[in-house]
Formats: sequence, C-alpha cells, structure tokens
Amino acid sequence: MADILLQLNNISVVYSDVIQVLKGVSLSVEKGHIVSLLGSNGAGKTTTLKAISGLLKPENGEVTDGEILYNGVNIQNQAPEFITRQGIIQVLEGRQPFKYLTIEENLRVGTATRPGKPYKQDLEMVYDYFPALVKRRKSLAGYCSGGELQMLVIGRALMAHPQLLMLDEPSLGLAPLVVLEIFRIIKKINEEHKTTIVLVEQNANMALQVAHYGYVMENGKIVMEGNSAELADNPDVKEFYLGMGASGTAKSYRDVKAYRRRKRWL
Amino acid sequence: MDFFLQLLVNGICIGLLYGISAMGFVMIFKASSVLNFAHGELLALGAFFFLSLVTWGKLPIIVSFLLTLVGCFLLGFLIEKFFLRPLIGEKLIFVIMLTVGLAAMFKGLILLIWGGNLHTYPPFLPDALEIELGSIYIAPVYSMTLLISVVFLVLFGLFFKKSSQGIYMRSVADNQKAALSLGVHVRRVFALSWAIAAMVACMSGIVLGIINGVNVHDLSAIGLKVFPVVILGGLDSIGGAIIGGIIIGLLETFTGGYLNPSLRDVVPYIVLVFILMVKPYGLFGLVEIERV
Repeated sequence: MADILLQLNNISVVYSDVIQVLKGVSLSVEKGHIVSLLGSNGAGKTTTLKAISGLLKPENGEVTDGEILYNGVNIQNQAPEFITRQGIIQVLEGRQPFKYLTIEENLRVGTATRPGKPYKQDLEMVYDYFPALVKRRKSLAGYCSGGELQMLVIGRALMAHPQLLMLDEPSLGLAPLVVLEIFRIIKKINEEHKTTIVLVEQNANMALQVAHYGYVMENGKIVMEGNSAELADNPDVKEFYLGMGASGTAKSYRDVKAYRRRKRWL
Repeated sequence: MDFFLQLLVNGICIGLLYGISAMGFVMIFKASSVLNFAHGELLALGAFFFLSLVTWGKLPIIVSFLLTLVGCFLLGFLIEKFFLRPLIGEKLIFVIMLTVGLAAMFKGLILLIWGGNLHTYPPFLPDALEIELGSIYIAPVYSMTLLISVVFLVLFGLFFKKSSQGIYMRSVADNQKAALSLGVHVRRVFALSWAIAAMVACMSGIVLGIINGVNVHDLSAIGLKVFPVVILGGLDSIGGAIIGGIIIGLLETFTGGYLNPSLRDVVPYIVLVFILMVKPYGLFGLVEIERV
C-alpha cells in the first residue's frame, strides 16, 4: 500500500447546525498524486475542500462526524492557521486576489505560514512557473486579467511550500488556451515539487487528463471512484460529465431524463 | 499675509496630528470593520500616562514618551484580547456598542484617578526647536509636532509597504477569506491593529496635551474629531485620513484665526455634514475596483 497523505473517513458536514451538506464522504489521497474531485454544482466538492482546510468555521459550518487524517494526525475542525502550517493550502474558488495589493505583495502574503523567513528564492520560483506575472509584479492585482489572477493565486499558494495543494476550479471562466496552460503548470508543479494536489473541477475532461485518480460526488456523497483512465472510460461519466452520449454522439433532451433516472439509480 | 502663513503652518502641524490619530481609527476599521468610539479616551489615556510618568515618576521626557507608547501598545493588545475577541463572530453593532462602553469606562477611570481638572506638563521643549523663517515664527510645540508626525508617517509607510507583517495586515483588510486560506493569523492582525491604533492615539494625545493642556473632556472631544477627519478622507483610506486631517486642521486654525476662536470646534462638523451630502464615501474612499 502506497503512502497515504490525506484520508477522509466518512465525514459529515453541517452548516448552521441544520443544513447537512456532506453525508459520509470517504476518500484518500496518495502522496505525490493528483486526485480530482468531480461532480455537478452543489454536490459538495467545495465543502469537502473547506472541511479539510478548516475554512468551514467562518461560514458557520462544522464537521460533525467522521475523521480527517493528515499524515496520520487528526485535523478536523482545527483552525485554518494551524492547518495551513501543516502544509495544506487551499486555493479558493473564484480566484480571490488581494485587489489593492500589487502582484508581488500578493505573493508575499503566501509566506504567512513562515513569517520572517527568506522568500526571495520562492518568488523566483513562482515567476519561473508563471513568466506572465513578472512584468506585472508592480501593478495592483485588481487590474489584472482572469488568467493572470489564476496564475497569481496558484503562485501565492506555492509560496507557502504546500505539501498538499487543493485547487478549487482553477479553470473557472478562463479561455480554453489559458486553461490548457494552467493545467500544464499544475502537472509540472506536481512532477517537479512532488506536491500532492487535490483538484476540484467542472471541466472533467481536463481534470481527468492530468489526474491520477478521481472521485465523483453527487448530493454530498462519493458515488464513483477509480483511476482517471477508468473513469474517463466509464459510460456514465462519459455521458454525464464529459458531455458525450453513450454512443459518442451529442446529447438530446431525452438524455436529460435519462440523467435524472440514472442519478437516482446511482 | 504673515498671519495667514502662520495659521497655515500651525494648521498643517495640528492637521498632521489629527491625521495620524485618525490613521489608527482607520486601521481598526479596515482590518475588522469596527468603528472605535473609544478613540478619544485612548488619546486622553495616553496624555495622562505621560503626565504621571513625567510629574509623579519624574522620569526623563524621552523615557516617559517611549514608555507611554509601549504601554499603550500593550493596552491596545489587551483591549482586543479581553473585550473584542470574545465578540468575534457576533453582530458588528454589538462590537461597536462595546467600544462605546469602553469609552465610558476609560473616561470614568481617568476621572477617578486624575480628576477632571486641567493639568499641564512642565515645560520641557528645548528652544532649539523654535523655528523662525523670515516673519513666520513656529513655536517649539508645532515644530515638534511636525517632526513626530513625519517620523511616524515614514515609519508606517515602510511598515505597511515593506514588512511582511504590514503586508499581512493589508491582506486581511483586503480579503479576509483569502488571507485565512493562506494561513494569515487573522486574530493576531486584529490585535496588532488595535495595538498600533492605541499607540498612535496616545502619541497624539501627548502632543495635544502639550499644546492645549491635559483635561479628560477636552481630549476625548478632540478624539471625536477623527470622525470628520476620516469621513472627509474616506473611512477606509489611510492616506485619506492624513489628508483629511490636514484639511480639518487648516479649517480649524483659519476659523479660529479669522472668524472666531469659539467657532473652531464647530466648523469641522459643519464640513462633515456637507461632505456627507456631496461625497458620501469621502475624498479618497475606496471605489471598488471592477474588472469588466
């Protein structure tokens, strides 16, 4: 059995004491792998990430059941200050830059987990991955383009030397070529730094191309898992997430009904 | 003309002081969206600490000044830790009411310990600080004010622009959720902004005490002057606080000099009302960066 970095055992998450979003999610992430988490809107992907990174609390959410093991240590419901210092960094959905800080200052915030330590080399490393950021280093992040911002927030997370990097929809609202570039870099980061990556994506096609392993979520549960190649070959995944009919042709309205039926069956 | 220049210089000195004191207020607001109604009392506390150290403790001026600053820095920390922190996550209005309560408490404490009379510091400013430029005479107090203000401004500029802690503080003000996700210690940033705010409030309290004498009611009323200042400058702009401070300082000295000294405390508030009507976000209030 390979090294397991992160393990979720049957966790439940409840918001505001009443709204149950995760209903027993179990997954495990192997060290050095890219694991993708797929699913439609509202399936609980983002909540799963937040449960791991400790960002549920500001939203009045809580892990009520199950356990989250990171390197064998129990980390559920810990403060984000603690979890980030263990090497888990989440890149939030929708990019969330610090708009009134320059690109370089944004990157420097990434050193918050180890204040006072030298960071110059890390800046070089990030600029190496994202050369597009170099010429904008002095401009306010609020005035940068979506692609630059996505690079910025990934770079900012890299400044923290994460062991486990969790990316929430890095392709959101980006042009296809930029998406390609971002995924190429994600792959590169994983290979060069041996950073373990959890990738939440709507773009299942791209995600399954870079990931080693994948999970499919629906309604707060994991409904399917497997190697990326297996998942990409699975007729259900093909039909519902890769946008191909079972026969490889475009979908019609009848398939939407089939989707509903299938969803219940799953 | 000479009179005009004289007023101009005095106004700028006082204004810088208001600006710096308002900066503390703005910092708390930016970091945690809390309006601190106890600002004037913090100012007064600083002045009285300094008074006690100088007259009762008989410590040298510089030592007392530094001790007061350090003391107020710690006081800010403690206020955050014991009064503000338990209220994190509660509605903002409760936190603001708490600062009103703090104001009453501090005022009561000061009255209890030092009484409501007017105290004065022993004269200690060296005559070397006196500046005469042609026909303009700058009293030692004012040149000292100018000096201290500029030193503080430069220090804060460097702190917020260059130091990591300063950048973390700005990141929390900018996007708290993102700061949390990167492991910025948000509670520590809150505490630090209270500490720095208390420190600069005390500093301005001391200087205003030197200019006007030390009296609880006067000083805490001056503390309330941060409101016209920050609203003029824009509630969330530190640079705006400084410029707002200078404008209010100038308005005050000019009305005091040309119209009537008793009007000088009223004019800033009249200006406040007009600004709220014309520019509700102030001169430098944040205009959200919108990407289209």
